[in-house]
Amino acid sequence: MSETPAIELRGISKSFGPVHANRDIDLVVKKGSIHGIIGENGAGKSTLMSILYGFYHADDGDILVNGEKVTIADSKAAIGMGIGMVHQHFMLVDNFTVLENVVLGAEDSAMLAGGLDRARIELKRLEEEYELRVDPDALIQDLPVGLQQRVEILKALYRSAEVLILDEPTGVLTPPEADHLFKILEVLKNEGKTILLITHKLREIMAATDSVSVMRRGEMVATRETRNTSMEELAELMVGRSVLLRVDKKPAVPAEPVMQVENLSVTDQRGVQVVKDVSFSVRAGEIVGIAGVSGNGQSELLETLSGIRRATGGTLRINGQTIDLGTSTLDAADMRAKSMGHVPEDRHRMGLINSFSEYENSILGYHRDPAYSSGLLMNISAIKENAVAEIEKYDIRPPNPMLKTASFSGGNQQKIVLAREIERDPDVLLVGQPTRGVDIGAIEFIHSRLVELRDAGKGILLVSVELDEIRALADRILVMFDGRIVGERGANADEGELGLLMAGVEDNAKMSVEGDAR
Amino acid sequence: MFETLILILDSTVRLSTPLLLACLAGLYSERSGVVDIGLEGKMLGAAFGAGAVAYITANAWLGLLAGIGVSVALGLLHGFASISNRGNQIVSGVAINFLAAGLTALLGQTWFRQGGRTPALPEGGRFRDIVWPYAEQLRDVPVIGPLYSELLSGHNILVYAGFIAVPLTWWVLFRTRFGLRLRAVGENPAAVDTAGISVAWLRYRAVIACGILCGFAGAYLSIAQGAGFGVNMTAGKGFIALAALIFAKWRPASAMFACLLFGFLDAVAIRMQGQEVPGIGEIPVQFFQALPYILTVILLAGFIGKAVPPKAAGIPYLKERS
Repeated sequence: MSETPAIELRGISKSFGPVHANRDIDLVVKKGSIHGIIGENGAGKSTLMSILYGFYHADDGDILVNGEKVTIADSKAAIGMGIGMVHQHFMLVDNFTVLENVVLGAEDSAMLAGGLDRARIELKRLEEEYELRVDPDALIQDLPVGLQQRVEILKALYRSAEVLILDEPTGVLTPPEADHLFKILEVLKNEGKTILLITHKLREIMAATDSVSVMRRGEMVATRETRNTSMEELAELMVGRSVLLRVDKKPAVPAEPVMQVENLSVTDQRGVQVVKDVSFSVRAGEIVGIAGVSGNGQSELLETLSGIRRATGGTLRINGQTIDLGTSTLDAADMRAKSMGHVPEDRHRMGLINSFSEYENSILGYHRDPAYSSGLLMNISAIKENAVAEIEKYDIRPPNPMLKTASFSGGNQQKIVLAREIERDPDVLLVGQPTRGVDIGAIEFIHSRLVELRDAGKGILLVSVELDEIRALADRILVMFDGRIVGERGANADEGELGLLMAGVEDNAKMSVEGDAR
Repeated sequence: MFETLILILDSTVRLSTPLLLACLAGLYSERSGVVDIGLEGKMLGAAFGAGAVAYITANAWLGLLAGIGVSVALGLLHGFASISNRGNQIVSGVAINFLAAGLTALLGQTWFRQGGRTPALPEGGRFRDIVWPYAEQLRDVPVIGPLYSELLSGHNILVYAGFIAVPLTWWVLFRTRFGLRLRAVGENPAAVDTAGISVAWLRYRAVIACGILCGFAGAYLSIAQGAGFGVNMTAGKGFIALAALIFAKWRPASAMFACLLFGFLDAVAIRMQGQEVPGIGEIPVQFFQALPYILTVILLAGFIGKAVPPKAAGIPYLKERS
């Protein structure tokens, strides 16, 4: 086709200090198409899109919109050129209504009333045209994330965006919500809109896009027609070498249970019951995965078991000892002393103190261990020795125990936490989101470490919102929804089925019974 | 009895006016995400500027203008430190308080040689009380008379300005484009930035609005309520206004009631001075002075729920570097 492309980038470069976020990027996006941009975290996708949206300025290179060379000074200019963006973290004001959020920055006049009325009518029209239903008077904070995202899309359409950039749009969505989003994108495309979809998930690229560009370390390495490529090829382009999409592991040989949880219930600080009467067990030599969309009680479950949060009731049996969780006053240190390691979900908030150096972080939580402390004073040389050994064994880069952990990449930070917990040789390891914000190389490493630990006869409880990760690692899969375990499946469970469970659709068997009753 | 009540209420109005003006000033600033504990300093600076210029020119209006000028300048300093240079807003605010306290006394002494005070204002240098029509005639009508002629009539123009500023602020905040953006930038500046609006310019405008109202508050003290500037004449009113702002959960109408309450306590304190309360004896004046703070703490602790400040308050806005 010789049609003028909607967006064309020529030789875009951008550095942040010594870091080249984007280097000599060329990109052509056809009008009326869904164009995917894929790459690992830190490959420069978001920077590139921020340049297009006027959030950053390129050091070098040209931007062409509809064949005309333009300068995008700020987001206002980008909006004026019909470019809209749905950010990864929604740019919404939580205590505003949908209508106020849509109108913000596009108010028509100094008085609000007229603009709000026009927006209400316009939203009605958009709702009918694109099937984007949302109550204009609802407060953002009361809406589920799926609807919040819809508000972001409406915001862009209200500003008559012709090109819509979506940055990692499915990170917060359930699989059915994601499917629905892709349907919406399809409708938008058919109405002539151009869509740029930024993601690191190969499946989404294959499912939703017409063409795809791959970025690696700030460079654009390839552009393909989606139908002429495969997940394997794209994965290889992303990391520059072949990766195993599946974890190489032998079947599990589980032994006796090492951890048994019975009738666990947890109420959070708002007084809402977030974990409801949950029972399960983890055997030695197996990985039990807990799948679910974030916010369905998994985090609280993990925090309770690791001693950070109090339960309202339930028992925990670990290594033959029975603990009444409803009355226990055991804290995180006590739980660790019971040979239970914990890799928290959020390494920045709980796993590390980022302004501390690597060697200090390498014993956090174990700092009372006589090997590292003699009561009053820390045994710095022993701690450093240990840190150096862990750095070597876990290939933590840069290999410098004196560096603040804030200076390490996400993958290496995660390895620091993992090394700390695994090397204490726990009988049970609780792991939350082990590969969130971690690049593919490190994911592979972390996964194989976890499998190794399993094969060494330890029990692992894995909580992850990445279904692919659960399916690749777990020997048994429990699905949590609304604080309950709503289903258990084997290692080879069907993805669609898990997706339905995660979305709160009850087991098929139950559904058909209810259906008959009606 | 009724007479006494009216008199107390009348002085309540007078005493709450500077609180109210400063409180609304803080409301603009904090709603935009700029915490302002420099209200005290700005008021003091404005009081001095107003007192000095009103004395020299014998014109209250020029005095008011000068007060606003000083206060806005201090506000812009706060803005420069905390918006442009993303400094710590508390530190900047404290610095402004010290700066104003020191500078007003120093300049006052250097210029007027009266121990830091400005000389008594000449005729025309002070805002006079405005007597409403028929106030004298209605004075003797029961109930309505005192209410009209004492409570409503007979205040200077800045008192009326303070109370008109309440609905005006509400209207600006909730009915105008500027207000929508102001509230948004205090909650989620990134949302404002991505909507193509300048976060810095918006916050500067909020800081300027804050300066203007603080200017009114300061001028009220030195050239309306008082007849000249006295060293440290704000005496913590800026902090009480801040307490009122939290107490009112950053809402204009509630701010008015909070300031009236604190003004009322002040009025009662003055009334009670040197008077014996049967069974208790003389209540120290400090007790009443501490009451606003104690009340704020106690009421916020349990009775009126949590005061949730604008989410982005106190946090300098920095574009995220991905």
